[in-house]
Amino acid sequence: MSDKEKHHVAQQHHHGPQGFIEKYVFSLDHKVIGLQYMITSLVFLLFGFSLIMLLRWQLAWPGRPMPLIGHLLKSSMPGGVMTPDFYLQLGAMHGTIMVFLGVVPLGVGAFGNYVLPLQIGAPDMAFPRMNMMSYWTFLVGGLVMLGSFLLPEGAANSGWTSYAPLSVQATAGQTLWLIGMVFLITSSLLGSINFIVTTIQMRAKGLSFFRLPVFVWAQFVTAVLLLLAFPPLEAAAVLQLMDRLAGTSFFLPTGLAAFGQPMAVSGGGQPLLWQHLFWFLAHPEVYVLVLPAIGIIGEIIANNTRKPLFGYRAMVGSMIFLGAMSFIVWAHHMFLTGMGPVMNAFFTTTTMIISIPSVVILTTYLISLWGGSIRFTTPMLFALAFLPMFGIGGLTGLPLGLPATDIHLHDTYYVIGHFHYVVAPGTIMALFAGIYYWFPKMFGRRMDDRLGKLHFWTSATFLNGVFFPMLLYGVAGVQRRLYDPTGYAHAVPVQPLNVIMTVSAYCLAVSQIPFIYNFFNSIWNGEKVSRNPWQATTLEWAAPSPPPHGNFDSPPRVYRGPYEYSVPGVKSDFVPQFSEDGGEPEEPRRKMASLA
Amino acid sequence: MSAEAALTHGVYEPGAPEATNGKLAMWLFLASEIMLFGALFSSYIILRDAAPFWPKGWEVLNVPLATLNTVVLITSSMTMVLAYAAAQKGDERRLNGFLWATFLLACCFLVIKAFEYGSKFQHHHFPSTSVFYAVYFTLTGLHGFHVIGGMAVMLFILLGGQKGIPRPLFVSRIECLGLYWHFVDLVWIFLFPSLYLL
Repeated sequence: MSDKEKHHVAQQHHHGPQGFIEKYVFSLDHKVIGLQYMITSLVFLLFGFSLIMLLRWQLAWPGRPMPLIGHLLKSSMPGGVMTPDFYLQLGAMHGTIMVFLGVVPLGVGAFGNYVLPLQIGAPDMAFPRMNMMSYWTFLVGGLVMLGSFLLPEGAANSGWTSYAPLSVQATAGQTLWLIGMVFLITSSLLGSINFIVTTIQMRAKGLSFFRLPVFVWAQFVTAVLLLLAFPPLEAAAVLQLMDRLAGTSFFLPTGLAAFGQPMAVSGGGQPLLWQHLFWFLAHPEVYVLVLPAIGIIGEIIANNTRKPLFGYRAMVGSMIFLGAMSFIVWAHHMFLTGMGPVMNAFFTTTTMIISIPSVVILTTYLISLWGGSIRFTTPMLFALAFLPMFGIGGLTGLPLGLPATDIHLHDTYYVIGHFHYVVAPGTIMALFAGIYYWFPKMFGRRMDDRLGKLHFWTSATFLNGVFFPMLLYGVAGVQRRLYDPTGYAHAVPVQPLNVIMTVSAYCLAVSQIPFIYNFFNSIWNGEKVSRNPWQATTLEWAAPSPPPHGNFDSPPRVYRGPYEYSVPGVKSDFVPQFSEDGGEPEEPRRKMASLA
Repeated sequence: MSAEAALTHGVYEPGAPEATNGKLAMWLFLASEIMLFGALFSSYIILRDAAPFWPKGWEVLNVPLATLNTVVLITSSMTMVLAYAAAQKGDERRLNGFLWATFLLACCFLVIKAFEYGSKFQHHHFPSTSVFYAVYFTLTGLHGFHVIGGMAVMLFILLGGQKGIPRPLFVSRIECLGLYWHFVDLVWIFLFPSLYLL
């Protein structure tokens, strides 16, 4: 045994912190931090969802007083009808909260933190203290964002994209939005450095890069995107803060007037500069949202089809290519800003190219299903639903990537429908799948399968009920961010779609109740499970459920690739990565004649 | 040795890595910093390119003071290297001496910068005056914050904040500080000609 290994064993015997505060609040353990991220981001997700449920009432029944809640929020909903300003705040904050406080922290902060060190056989992340700081800066950033609702003039109301010059002239909520964003960027910077160093430096013996589970690859590429794409948004946030607080004109053009008055600024800035800086982050951000989901789906599909993933290397290559390409497609969000045909042609081309790796990934998953003996567990149902939902999300994006069709569709509800198909029925489905899949590892108990299936079928139905009509509504030409769409003649015939969407959204909310109950009830009352309840092959299943401080009984060694399911000639249908002998040989088959 | 110190030293790596975890993390951090300043420099180029009029840097800014500041900062980079060399040899007295020298040179840089800012304010040149001044104050200001950040870490080490950690880890941390400091220096090397001389 080398010195290093001895040292590791010594660490294993070092018991974790004992006090409540050290153990559960200011914990350095990646598992506790992962769970903190999970609970916090689920709460934020619910909050962001509640905001949009308020907003959707106004869209379905404009001007009709909202029962109950209308009376509680007197200042923003006089007489139970929300003011246009409050409507804009809800829209802006829904987007911000769902993307930056909900989905990314759940996909990266929660699953990345909890599962990645386990899957690479490490006792913890490379920098536990930095990991803890990442969570607490995230929480502060989130609270600053939410706290902006308490300002007298309310939260940010310039959309989640905060386009200048509107955002520079906006109320104080926008300043808090920017400050909150700086906290969130810092948090993700700390997290991403940690993820990359951990993956490179702390893999178990024998775990080469091409033996990594796809989930680890997905987190690794995501971390690189976060590391390199977020700083330009930080730069943009600094410039916009200067515009708002120091009176500079980075984003304010010469001769700008507001409310009929020329603005007292020097001018000379470029409003479009904000859009370039924002989308330079926000396009890679889309892949930050979806890559962890793709990783989760890979684990679940391999496990539940009981066969190796098809095209593992092609998939890894596609993820890396996807990550690299995502840095040069950003201006396809800006075809209508008058960039000119040369720029449009460039970004159209890159956009069409980036759809190739996405299709490769989706295709490898579909082919992976071929000939598998599929176990229809709750996580697998969510994973299976992810494939067509993400497919719809991707395919509806193509008309937006071509300037000719984008002219009609730009800024309509079609864009919202497309984006939500990627993120809500797509990514969030995958995140639910991940919760059901790794819950036994996290708490040593299984979530109830019947409630899980109820949650799945209702969610899948109502998510489509919300977002499919949205595509049709957008094709009819209805613009996003309209306070009262019925004021526009072309929106009146399609108004019933709005009612369908709103009712579906409320039903979707109700269908989360089984999940919430199931989650908390199973923590204490779920069926107890062993280390490897899903009969899976990756390293996290070598650790006890839940893993103790330091994770493994002894430093694991890896002998094979990540998905050795149904290996010919082996008795059991799975051979874990940590299995040295490759499993018991199969008994010779009895002759067919003896069966007959 | 605490569990964290052990972990940050790559105990768990299969093939004995050349770079420590800390050094790798520092390079990653610098990559993100390049993206931050890269975005700011790009914004500067775009704003300047689109402006109908842009003042000549040397006509409105104080080039001699900035040249002096360039010399001060490059010298501090040199003392930083000497401090790292001393740390490698385990010569604590020289390490402390050169680290203090770096710290004082950094102070010197900030004082000179403050004089520069002060004279601009006296002449009623503020960030809000024009986009040129907005770029000037924002970029040099953000660079100044980076200088202050490096100084804070130096002071922390000089006042004994890293006492009692294993020597290889300590040397590696001095190296990381050095990497950061050279980066801060490098940003100034780009800022100086692009703001003052172009």
